[in-house]
Amino acid sequence: MTTAALPLQRVHARRGWLARFIRRNPTGTAAVVAIFVMAVIAALAPWVAPYDPVANDFASMFSPPGPPHWLGTDAFGRDVLSRVIYGARTALVVGFASSLSGATLGAAIGVVSAYFGGATDIVVQRFTDILVSFPLIVLALAMIAILGGGTGNLIAAIAISFVPRIQLVVRASALGVRRTAFVEAARAIGAGHWRIIFRHMVPNVVAPYLVMMTAFLGQAILLEASLSFLGLGVNEPTAAWGLMLSGAAVEFVQRAPWMAVFPGLAITFTVLAFNVLGDSLRDALDPRLRT
Amino acid sequence: MTRFILTRLFLIIPTLLAVAVLIFVLVRVVPGDIVELRLVGGGSFVTKGVIEAERARLGLNKPIWQQFVDWMTGLVRLDLGTSMWTGAPISHEIAIRLQLSVQLALMSTLIAVALAVPLGTLAAVRRGTVIDYAVQVFSVAGLATPSFWLGILLILFLLTTFHWLPPLTFTPLWQDPRANLLQLIWPALAVGYRYSAVTTRMTRSAVLEVLREDYIRTAWSKGLASKTVLRRHALRNAMMPVVTVIGLEFAFLIGGLVVTEQVFNLNGIGKLFVDAVGRRDYTLIQGLMLLIAAIYIFVNFVVDLLFAWLDPRISYE
Repeated sequence: MTTAALPLQRVHARRGWLARFIRRNPTGTAAVVAIFVMAVIAALAPWVAPYDPVANDFASMFSPPGPPHWLGTDAFGRDVLSRVIYGARTALVVGFASSLSGATLGAAIGVVSAYFGGATDIVVQRFTDILVSFPLIVLALAMIAILGGGTGNLIAAIAISFVPRIQLVVRASALGVRRTAFVEAARAIGAGHWRIIFRHMVPNVVAPYLVMMTAFLGQAILLEASLSFLGLGVNEPTAAWGLMLSGAAVEFVQRAPWMAVFPGLAITFTVLAFNVLGDSLRDALDPRLRT
Repeated sequence: MTRFILTRLFLIIPTLLAVAVLIFVLVRVVPGDIVELRLVGGGSFVTKGVIEAERARLGLNKPIWQQFVDWMTGLVRLDLGTSMWTGAPISHEIAIRLQLSVQLALMSTLIAVALAVPLGTLAAVRRGTVIDYAVQVFSVAGLATPSFWLGILLILFLLTTFHWLPPLTFTPLWQDPRANLLQLIWPALAVGYRYSAVTTRMTRSAVLEVLREDYIRTAWSKGLASKTVLRRHALRNAMMPVVTVIGLEFAFLIGGLVVTEQVFNLNGIGKLFVDAVGRRDYTLIQGLMLLIAAIYIFVNFVVDLLFAWLDPRISYE
């Protein structure tokens, strides 16, 4: 729910909302630009990356950074720069897919649960109360134990672990909307349940939904990296930042520190960009969610 | 007060039973056969008889309701069952690792609080200055840095400057306190930094809010020293939300331990959980999830008690 803007501000907003957003949120703008650049590089990975990210080259194992391998090579002689670039693909695909599906499923449950209320709502809320008491990574790990490994299951596991959290927030907003006069009016003129849900409830919970989804993007990338690091996420030889940090990167950290430093920097900068974007989006859309 | 504590403690039991039901539903009712996954997953050929025998050994040939009754009746007798992988009692598997993880969690919390409260207060008092921005960058970076990567960097730093490697075996505190602390301080730092990020933000905003209050202006205007105003008037009142965050984060600390224990080769609860997931040891996963939920519920209970102690206006009578 956006707060009602004053007419004056609204005119101003229409004239240049982009310019205003940039002026008010310089860090948020920087984050958007960084994410955009990253997405372009990830999309153009086959043309940007100097080497094949999965090609072994045992003649140049553990090469230090410098030409022709600008970020060095790993224990299999694979080019670290190329693997970091392709790793961005994995991180962004898993991050977007899991937070979009998790947030959507959670929001749907939250709205329906709030709208119908009653016994369904009570059962759903009891389950949610229990599920939010587990750290995200614990829920995701439990899901992986059930679903199995691989990128598809990893996305599902991360998405499911988000569901209870977003469900809680969206339900709280939806409860407020349910009590408003326009929902009452819609019911009075004989609108059906689903019409009320889609036409009146859903548009009014879009703001918390977007805020939560953006906040989860950074978390999802961090989770993907952690799970891949533990060997329970993306499988070798796919390029993924977490995977690059496991095994040889720890074992040979003194001999080849570049193997450990660059993928970690990539994770940190990406998560940082998404977190900053999430924070400024929250401030812009829904200041009440500020923590 | 005693009555309140007893009621709250008593209410934990039905909550835990509900958690146990949900965990069973979550882990078991979902389709998928552990035995097949484990025996055939490696690509080897096994006969149907072997699979059946393994299922019978693990009690998986019983109907699902029977397995559920077994799990619940076991819990009532405080029996978590046996691990599907090692065959050892789960309570034993947990007990031998709990000390390490609890100590690590407490040390991480100490580090986090020692970082967060002074930094958050400083940022609030010096709002809008370079110090404030520096603290905010420090905490935003903490949220984005994976603790396992920080752990790897710490090991790299220790190796290059001190030629020190994390030892392979764990030394308990009472055997050799110095070796024990030296071993756990680095993983505690890796987990604690991330943990401090949220608490720093919370401290900053809580102190900022309190500094706007009338009684702070009164305290200033009657000429009290800034130290007194901060300590006696501002910090004391700002501590409530901070304590909540510290409590919640402590309960979530196990999530940080899951990866960090792996990096530092520590055989704690987090590593046990990862191993259990890797081996699809469902009974062990169930037991550990119940333990994590129990810790969360218990910490919440302690936070409630702390509230009553911090704020005399709250009484639970």
